[in-house]
Amino acid sequence: MSKLTIEDLQRIKEQTTKSTALRQGDARVKITVHMGTCGIAAGARAVMTALMEEMAEADRQDIRVVTSGCMGMCSSEPNVTVEILDEEPIVYQLMDANRMRQVFRRHVLKGEVQSGFAQGRL
Amino acid sequence: MRELSLHILDIVENGITAGAGCITIAIDESGPADRLTIRVCDDGPGMPAQKALNLEDPFMTTRTTRRVGLGLSLLAAAARRCEGEVAVATAPGRGTEVTATFRHSHIDRAPLGDMAATLEMLIVGNPQVDFVYSHRVDDRDFTLDTRELKRELAGVDLGDPMVARELTESVRRSLRELAAGGTPGPGRQPDVEAHD
Repeated sequence: MSKLTIEDLQRIKEQTTKSTALRQGDARVKITVHMGTCGIAAGARAVMTALMEEMAEADRQDIRVVTSGCMGMCSSEPNVTVEILDEEPIVYQLMDANRMRQVFRRHVLKGEVQSGFAQGRL
Repeated sequence: MRELSLHILDIVENGITAGAGCITIAIDESGPADRLTIRVCDDGPGMPAQKALNLEDPFMTTRTTRRVGLGLSLLAAAARRCEGEVAVATAPGRGTEVTATFRHSHIDRAPLGDMAATLEMLIVGNPQVDFVYSHRVDDRDFTLDTRELKRELAGVDLGDPMVARELTESVRRSLRELAAGGTPGPGRQPDVEAHD
């Protein structure tokens, strides 16, 4: 039976030692990718993949990415909700990998809400 | 759905929503039998037989955000298009097992697609859930068990983006080797490349 090799495991382990300090306290930003049937069919997985790549680049410990189910706005999937501590949550609609990168770099990292993609406030 | 791996992501999310702690995903590709079988088992609460009868009905759903439930009915439609079927075995307290079969070489069968990406989403998005993935192609197979992984990589957060990226690359490499390992039978293509 084949599994991940020892080398694979070692590489994975190295990544953790690289990502510096341990996560301290609560996350300041929570990003939710909605992954119901509707979201998945509309491309939420590609959005999530792009988001994970951006996260790896940014190497920030205070950002959490979670998935959730359908939020009842299937026609505007893929939807992504960005919640920053002490700010109103923003729902982004009709996301794709590029929009996700833009939202991450501008909104999550710099605090500029990308109102062009935003659906509104929850 | 353009890839079977997206159906799998969807069906597994059902189990997670139902409160499962461990989910088993088994894929079996058999050249001689020309069969592709996907099985997803969860250890969630299961459901009464009466409810299981209606599972493929798109208008049956427990959610409150919309009135239709499409995940399983879409998978069933995809399987039926390919001379296959979907079977659901469940009982209260016994978890749920969904099995979908396809004729492997059927022209309407969607490619399996990027299973590594599906696994990454599941592992990163649901840190509280364990996953056991096994993939068999004829007599070769690959297994990934997050419980084992967590033991061997004690203290490593599998949800860490850097870790997840490395893990996904390793899985993708292993699956590519699995697909390339044997000579493809008639009408079969190595099937684990990314499609999106």
